[in-house]
Amino acid sequence: MRKTKRFKEDARYRVANREALIGLVLVMINFALWFGFAYGLGSKPVEEYSYIWGLPAWFFYSCIASTVLVVVLVMLAVKFLYKEVSFEEEDEE
Amino acid sequence: MNGEVIIPLLLFLMIIFFVGFYASKHIRSTSNFLQEYFLGSRQLGGFILAMTMTATYGSASSFVGGPGVAYTMGLGWVLLSMSQLATGYFVLSVLGKKFAIMARKIRAVTLIDFLKERYQSKWVVILSAASIIIFLFSAMAAQWVGGARLIESLTGLSYTTALFIFAVSVLVYVIIGGFRAVAITDTIQGVVMFVGTLVILIGTIIAGGGIGNIISDLTAENPALISPFGSDQSLTPLYVSSFWVLVGVGVVGLPQVAVRAMSYKNSRGMHKALIIGTIVVGFIMLGMHLTGVFARSVLPGIEVGDTVMPKIAMEVLPNWLAGIVLAAPMAAIMSTVDSLLLLVSSAVVKDVYLNYVKPEADDQTIKRFSISVTAIIGVLVFAMAVKPPELLIWLNLFSFGGLEAAFIWPVIMGLYWQKGNASGALASIITGVGSYILFHSLMPNAFGMHTVVLPVILSLMAYVSVSLVTLRHHQEVQAEVYEKLWSA
Repeated sequence: MRKTKRFKEDARYRVANREALIGLVLVMINFALWFGFAYGLGSKPVEEYSYIWGLPAWFFYSCIASTVLVVVLVMLAVKFLYKEVSFEEEDEE
Repeated sequence: MNGEVIIPLLLFLMIIFFVGFYASKHIRSTSNFLQEYFLGSRQLGGFILAMTMTATYGSASSFVGGPGVAYTMGLGWVLLSMSQLATGYFVLSVLGKKFAIMARKIRAVTLIDFLKERYQSKWVVILSAASIIIFLFSAMAAQWVGGARLIESLTGLSYTTALFIFAVSVLVYVIIGGFRAVAITDTIQGVVMFVGTLVILIGTIIAGGGIGNIISDLTAENPALISPFGSDQSLTPLYVSSFWVLVGVGVVGLPQVAVRAMSYKNSRGMHKALIIGTIVVGFIMLGMHLTGVFARSVLPGIEVGDTVMPKIAMEVLPNWLAGIVLAAPMAAIMSTVDSLLLLVSSAVVKDVYLNYVKPEADDQTIKRFSISVTAIIGVLVFAMAVKPPELLIWLNLFSFGGLEAAFIWPVIMGLYWQKGNASGALASIITGVGSYILFHSLMPNAFGMHTVVLPVILSLMAYVSVSLVTLRHHQEVQAEVYEKLWSA
């Protein structure tokens, strides 16, 4: 398909595309934290585990601390990176 | 079974009932019946959006099945379940604004409306509608069976009576109230799910004598229970990670979730929903599955996984509180089936009937038709659930992963890749569903990953390659689509 550029592309899509990418980056950070802590700390023999709040350290970091961190990252992303756009049709022909 | 448990459940059903009546007022006063009945006139605010997404997504498996497996497998299964945290922010970020804006440009009410305008192909519409109707119908029936079994075990009523109570309570509010009733009841159900999770988790920890005590109990029984690899060492990192596709990012392809991404009022609502949704999903998944693991120390030796939740609630909580907690799985099941019911009905009414049978139907006819179709589907599901046929049980196995494999690329690529065309979408749907069924039957969990992974990859390849090969063939249509969907 050739872009003949007889019209301007909807400017709001640039915002939308950017936010989709941010979503993707968040998932990758989320996955890395989750995977890294779980198998980084959890792969050794159970006798060598250390514990936080009574839970094995791998579980505390990968499932609780990472979850809290991801929630904070989502909040920051929404506050500083996501833009408000109007959903109303701008100029109805 | 005693009254103290049943009273909170009855109260819960009554509240849900009244919400349905409240929402039906909007239906009577609306100027556009279809938009209101199937999409709540795109008026959802942030909190309701977050709750209806989470509650629709969280089903019997999050509250009954999942914790049951966690009881057997240990902390490794909680780790696996946390892959669902991504659904909270990923779906809304990716579909988010693009889908909301495009859907408004073409006045789409259903996911298939969008596919129809995007691909301009009769076959894409028919295949998608067929997959939605077949798969979601069976998924719905399976959830009803779960709901009825739960009522049966809590009240001691017979299975058929329990099913009848469940069916009537769901059908009434969905039929008369439409999407708005579903979204508002989902919100109440979501709150019940959240509170229920909190109460049962705390109750179980206290009953087990604190977390440290519970963990040392589990270690003494079998150290593998507190490792990430599961009690029988069967949870490999690759297998556990592959669930990020099934219950994490793949959820974008589920029609019942995707349709919610076009139901919200403004971007402020969407932003709020991103945050609330992530917190609620994270908390419920962590809390319920962790409760399942902890239950092992309090009540060892439970054989049937599905009975862990009801048993632990009755064990660690006073009766009236157990009633409230057990309303949570009921809420999870109801909030899933109500959305599925409405979605299947919209596929029949909007996507098949109005597109191909009677496009010129007037508002009054559409209204009568929508309400009757919803009612008929409800009665059919009831009939199926009384004695579920083999075929239905078989179909339900594919309903989650199969729909993801079918829709994920036609939706995502349709939104973000202008070259994607009808042939590519068709190839993707056929490859996705076909290979899912084949892999599931012949080579389940191929290469140590969940079955869904390969079909998702194959359907992406099909989408891209076929779209590129048929590029010239679709040139004219694509130019029109581009102008209509992408222009300012």
